[in-house]
Amino acid sequence: MSEGISQPDAPVALEATESGDLFSKFDPLIKQRSDLLASGVEDPFNLVMEKVLSPTRAVCNGRDTILLGTYNYMGMTFDPDVIQAGKDALDNYGSGTTGSRVLNGTYQGHKECEEALKEFYAMDHAMVFSTGYQANLGIISTIAGKGDYIVLDIDSHASIWDGCSLGNAEIVPFRHNDIEALEKRLKRIPEGAGKLVVLEGVYSMLGDIAPLKEMIAVSKAHGAMVLVDEAHSMGFIGPNGRGVAEDQGCLDDVDFVIGTFSKSVGTVGGFCVSNHPKFEIMRLVCRPYVFTASLPPSVVATAATSIRKLMHGGNKRAHLWENSKTLHGGLTKLGFTLGTTEPQSAIVAVIMPDLQRGAAMWEALLKEGLYVNLARPPATPANMTLLRCSLCAEHSAEEVETILGMFERAGKAVGII
Amino acid sequence: MRAMERAEVDQRIRALIEPFNKKGVEIFEATTFAGDLEFDSLTVMDFVAAIEDEFDIIISMNQQAEIETWGQLIDAVCKLADD
Ligand SMILES: Cc1ncc(COP(=O)(O)O)c(C=O)c1O
Repeated sequence: MSEGISQPDAPVALEATESGDLFSKFDPLIKQRSDLLASGVEDPFNLVMEKVLSPTRAVCNGRDTILLGTYNYMGMTFDPDVIQAGKDALDNYGSGTTGSRVLNGTYQGHKECEEALKEFYAMDHAMVFSTGYQANLGIISTIAGKGDYIVLDIDSHASIWDGCSLGNAEIVPFRHNDIEALEKRLKRIPEGAGKLVVLEGVYSMLGDIAPLKEMIAVSKAHGAMVLVDEAHSMGFIGPNGRGVAEDQGCLDDVDFVIGTFSKSVGTVGGFCVSNHPKFEIMRLVCRPYVFTASLPPSVVATAATSIRKLMHGGNKRAHLWENSKTLHGGLTKLGFTLGTTEPQSAIVAVIMPDLQRGAAMWEALLKEGLYVNLARPPATPANMTLLRCSLCAEHSAEEVETILGMFERAGKAVGII
Repeated sequence: MRAMERAEVDQRIRALIEPFNKKGVEIFEATTFAGDLEFDSLTVMDFVAAIEDEFDIIISMNQQAEIETWGQLIDAVCKLADD
């Protein structure tokens, strides 16, 4: 689950209407949006960052703002080495590749980026896509074909659902993080059918992690292959920052790890790493890899540099955990209801009583000078309204205290605490 | 498995739907889940899981997409339970 502003991650078909205007199916949404804005709140989904001062500071809608909703977990976006690598690549390789990875779009930099990923994960193969969305779209739709079964968590990210929609496999969801529900479904799949289990390390709505060790054991016992999306854990969770599967000691049993450069790595792009001996054939058969242009040289250069630096990010990881614990503990003490009882990741989700007060709280925080993510139904599990905070290793301990003060004032003003 | 009577399947699923049919909508062959019963995706998942457990079957989302009414559901479950 994720950034779906006004729609759930699992796709829904909107009914056709008879007016002839293909846009009339969006009328209910247009009305809902204009009603919210008419109530006077600042548009939560039209924020402009006029200046970006650092990974944790920007000028938003004219205000100096602390950023607490960017997924820039490791604060690599302004790292001097990363920026220099990007500038050098711009100078030496130009602004873009103007081509697919399989034609003229594979430069030295793309290869180096894949080498960095192989080293980072200690895996045999790495394939870089133009986004994480396309990595899920491509790998899932390609490896699970007609007659195969994909068993996935109901709270999966939109890119996973869309990968399912793009392919021809049978789709079987199970209740979020429910090991027994997963096992029951695996048991009932017809003998001989191919099975792919799709899980995430960290679920970004509530910031909770999956019991991967148990789920992967169950999957393997039933002969399934396992894909884990570690978008929100890379660089931060696990002894080497390889993610939740590494942390739980089961990375060796994961067949495919999907990740993104748009969070800890601090740029844009996506990837899949794997030890499957035939993995390289994906480059020829995976349509979202073949039929689109490759990432610009500057992007893969910044990504490769950032990934290599993340291998030695132990101190930053420790500080990020401190930040997560301080924010989680402080908000709990103030009386807010959070998505998890313990901090499990760098995401802290604050549960709002309803959309109206959630939007008011979001706006009050913005006026205090704090940006968080507003997530609302129907994009959220159980139709909750959430203020999602994602911490950065570059938030100082003092900044986290400042943030808690902002939450206290805003929460009291809106009447939530 | 012995061929299951359609009436029996209907009856067993009627018992399962009770906790999900919060407004107590009366159910006919043509009653729709999205429209008449106002099921959202989470309710659909839980209701489907209850049916799957009861009959020890899988109803994939691809199959669910073909099921709009009560009658279609009963037919689909009869067929799946017989396979
Ligand atoms: C779990 C998950 N998977 C995949 C993606 C897609 O990544 P990208 O932004 O690179 O398309 C995201 C975030 O957007 C995500 O949260």
